[in-house]
Amino acid sequence: GWMNKHLNLVPALVVVFYELDWDEPQWKEKQSECATRVEIVRQSLQGRNTKVAVVLIQKKTPLPPGEDVIASERAAALCNACDLSGKSLFVLPHTDHLVGYIIRLENAFYEHAQTYYYTEIRRVKSHKEFLNKTTHQLLFVRHQFKIAFFSELKQDTQNALKNYRTAYNLVHELRAHETNMLEIKTMAGFINYKICRLCFQHNTPLDAIAQFRKHIDLCKKKIGSAELAFEHAAWMSKQFQAFGDLFDEAIKLGLTAIQTQNPGFYYQQAAYYAQERKQLASMLCNHDSSVIYPNPDPLETQTGVLDFYGQRPWRQGILSFDLSDPEKEKMGILSLQLKEKNVLHSELIITLLSNAVAQFKKYKCPRMKSHLMVQMGEEYYYAKDYAKALKLLDYVMCEYRSEGWCTLLTSILTTALKCSYLMAQLKDYITYSLELLGRASTLKEDQKSRIEKNLIKVLMNESPDPEPDCDTAAVKASQKLWADRVSLAGSNVFTIEVQDFIPFVQCKAKFLAPSFHVDVPVQFDVYLRADCPHPIRFSKLCISFNNQDYNQYCVVEEAYQKSDILEQSSQGTMCLVPGKTRKFTFKFVAKTEDVGKKIEITSVDLILGSESGRCVILNWRGGGGDAASSQEALQAARSFRRRPKLPDNEVHWDSLTIQASTMIISRVPNISVQLRHEPPALTNEMYCLIVTVQSHEDTVAKDVKLTAGLKPGQDANLTQKTQVTLHGTDACDESFPALLPDIPVGDLQPGEKLEKPIYIRCGTVGARMFLVYVSYLIDTIVEGKEILCKCHRDETVTIETVFPFDVAVKFVSTKLEHLDRVFADIPFLLMTDILSASPWPLTIVTTQLQLSPSMTPVDQLESYVENVVLQTGESASECFCLRCPPVTNASGVATGCYIISWKRSSPVESVPVVSTVITLPHVIVESIPLHVNADLPSFGRVRESLPVRYHLQNKTDLVQDVEVSVEPSDAFMFSGLKQFLGTTISAE
Amino acid sequence: MVKIAYFDSSNSLGESTVMASAVTYTAEWPVLVSIIFSPPQNYPLYIRSVPTENELKFHYTVHTSLDVVDEKISAMGKALVDQRELYLGLLYPTEDYKVYGYVTNSKVKFVMVVDSSNTALRDNEIRSMFRKLHNSYTDIMCNPFYNPGDRIHSR
Repeated sequence: GWMNKHLNLVPALVVVFYELDWDEPQWKEKQSECATRVEIVRQSLQGRNTKVAVVLIQKKTPLPPGEDVIASERAAALCNACDLSGKSLFVLPHTDHLVGYIIRLENAFYEHAQTYYYTEIRRVKSHKEFLNKTTHQLLFVRHQFKIAFFSELKQDTQNALKNYRTAYNLVHELRAHETNMLEIKTMAGFINYKICRLCFQHNTPLDAIAQFRKHIDLCKKKIGSAELAFEHAAWMSKQFQAFGDLFDEAIKLGLTAIQTQNPGFYYQQAAYYAQERKQLASMLCNHDSSVIYPNPDPLETQTGVLDFYGQRPWRQGILSFDLSDPEKEKMGILSLQLKEKNVLHSELIITLLSNAVAQFKKYKCPRMKSHLMVQMGEEYYYAKDYAKALKLLDYVMCEYRSEGWCTLLTSILTTALKCSYLMAQLKDYITYSLELLGRASTLKEDQKSRIEKNLIKVLMNESPDPEPDCDTAAVKASQKLWADRVSLAGSNVFTIEVQDFIPFVQCKAKFLAPSFHVDVPVQFDVYLRADCPHPIRFSKLCISFNNQDYNQYCVVEEAYQKSDILEQSSQGTMCLVPGKTRKFTFKFVAKTEDVGKKIEITSVDLILGSESGRCVILNWRGGGGDAASSQEALQAARSFRRRPKLPDNEVHWDSLTIQASTMIISRVPNISVQLRHEPPALTNEMYCLIVTVQSHEDTVAKDVKLTAGLKPGQDANLTQKTQVTLHGTDACDESFPALLPDIPVGDLQPGEKLEKPIYIRCGTVGARMFLVYVSYLIDTIVEGKEILCKCHRDETVTIETVFPFDVAVKFVSTKLEHLDRVFADIPFLLMTDILSASPWPLTIVTTQLQLSPSMTPVDQLESYVENVVLQTGESASECFCLRCPPVTNASGVATGCYIISWKRSSPVESVPVVSTVITLPHVIVESIPLHVNADLPSFGRVRESLPVRYHLQNKTDLVQDVEVSVEPSDAFMFSGLKQFLGTTISAE
Repeated sequence: MVKIAYFDSSNSLGESTVMASAVTYTAEWPVLVSIIFSPPQNYPLYIRSVPTENELKFHYTVHTSLDVVDEKISAMGKALVDQRELYLGLLYPTEDYKVYGYVTNSKVKFVMVVDSSNTALRDNEIRSMFRKLHNSYTDIMCNPFYNPGDRIHSR
């Protein structure tokens, strides 16, 4: 009441606005009217220290003070009339600068208000001075609080904080008793709120937190009346919530919180106390419905309001600690308890929890968030909002599952199962049952057994037994729902994808080999293992592949009678015994179209229940495995533990690995391919490669095709420099392909042999890979099924190509001397030398010299090496006499080319002759001025004359003087001229 | 104090190995001790609380404390690895309990929950308790028959 009075009812300052200009003609009347108004305001504020101020709204801009004499006179008069000090009279000119004037007015008003509160504080302080601590303890708190409150209104937050702190300490000095406990706590809570708020405002969050902790520690134990303990819990919850709100507000204003200190913790704690409140309330307020609310209502007061916060309505104004009226007290407590009964606790708790969740989400606490969401889910469950509970629980379940916290997961699942039971949510009920029976569940065996029995009931389209610890009313309602579900036909098939959770049936599918030949049946095993306490039957097991044609071959099915579902003795094929691994072997013949493709298991479906009742399809994607199996497989792979020996037909579950795919490869060919040839190949020759194909098949190999040639994927240049043909008789040119695909060869009878020569021409030296690929079709019978298989065999061979021979060419004079250059018009010799580099004998069929126009032969150009056979390392030489007319080109003259026609000598059959063209080198031709030619007899006789004739030939157009001298030799005697001077004329 | 001991024995057939680890407590025990496997799994290798009646709540406490451990580890990632302090100190206070953390170099986490009112357990005691726990854990790891990642059983 008091705070409201000072906040909203008692003003600090009242301002009277009045329209009056200084030069108002009817000044007197207006002045008295204004004075009357002020008087009215004063009257209504009787007894308060509220300040009064007058603002004159004027249309004219005022003159600077002191200049307007009338204005100052009239102002003084007005002040007098209204009994105001000059400071409380203001003028608001209604002109251009309105905003500026308003701001100045506001500041002035603020000053007045502050003065008001200052005097109020002084007033309260003076009251306080008369008090003494022993008798007026309560008033001490009251006055201290008032001072602080006024300071706050005065916007003096530092002093307000100081005074609040003093007040807080005073509160705790009060003598606490059961009767006034609530009052003290209310006050303490209130002052604490104020302190924390101011601390946050002063940007000292640590002070706020410290104050709050102190507050909680002081008050935690002050429970008060045991019958109203829920009130204390509610109060605690409220404290935490309020602090959380303050904290959050401070953060919104720029404070930074951290992971371990954020409002979330306070909301969480508030929620915790709210839960406690709920528990206490349910304990203390479990009155019979016959107990009626007391009349007259002890919570009603005559005025309808309380004199002081936190006092009991039925005990107002009583200061003594003794219970004056026990009957009244009892009624009061009863009415409070009955009121508490109507509080929606769960709603409060959920709101607090969701606040906390929002905070923890902000401060990177995913696990805390999950934990709170679990609590929210549980609270929804208590509030009977099962759909929301299930949604929340389902959301967080996977996090606990993926982190492997089985105990926590089990507890969540148990609640979720209850929810789904109470809502008769079939699919969820089944899913949670599956997981609670599974290996990740930490439930006791008897619990599991109960759940499994329920699950079996559900599968038989019956209602399950209720989950324990459920609200009886809710169970009744759900039993009706279940009955409806039973009578409802249709929509009784549920497909449950298992890879996201850990069901009680584990599955591993394994192909026996990573690849199968098409003529061998594909085999794989499916291993199943149940972890539930009782054996369980299933009605069908089927496997799906990426090629759906195979699905039909991989089904295990058994129509079973409804009655023997629990019969333990009949452990037929369709029954999974707990702890035992069951193996199902499947076999099918792959289709020939799938050769070279992968066959993959896309899913394994295990069908529990029957189509007539209810049917649950457990669907494993791929070759089995659920949320936990990859981790388990890793652990098993790491383990060194020896496993105990088992009977031959059993296997260790851990040692099984999933192999969900296999390759289909073509049938193994039963033919031989042999290659016969004489390496190395010689450049440009038609190299013969003889392919021998022999069938070892039992039946006819049909449609045999041969692909031969350069293996694809080598250097691109090789493709252009390699030609392949089937006809070796004539040389091929560049237009021939490098690879001959699919040459039809016809059929091959069993044992038949086929030879096929392939001719290859290699234009460049180097190694080449050649591929010979033989494919054929054959009929085979697999598992009583006739299939047409395509088989193939390939052979590759690397063939080296070398030059057949080296050709050396040199120029020599007619005296066989080496020449660097030749002289114009003087005959010289061209010598060729063919050196065989081939490991095989070569036959030079013929050679031919083709001269360029600038060269002329001196005599007939005929080959001297025709039909010469060269062994390795042997060489064949020949020489031609040529002459070169004078040329002006100094750099050299083309000689022409030398064509060698050759073939291998070894093969008997006619191998085409290869012509190898060798371009002859250029030669430098030089003109000489004088040519001396000696005409010597081939031999001389002793003591007989040897006639020698020298021809001197002038090669120029000029007349030349020559001097010839003959140097004697000791072996000869001379006759004739020894020295001679003369002229030679030009060549003509 | 906490002591974890282990021993191996082969059964008479010599075919399988039995592994056992024992944890014995003496006076001034913490409320809960737990060893948590390294990420990404983060599942408890060993968890034991002394007042067993409210065990689930403590499991949740340990699980949520991993948030803080994760955060501390990622913050430390920037600091020098070899100078790292394994003891993480007080993870977060709740109204009634204190949660302490410790993380090995291989990111195996130890979490201990103690009663807030238990003033006998100061930082130093907690630290030495963690060190002993770490030694015991190392002993278990040294056991060639122990497979890292398997749950540790106590006697």
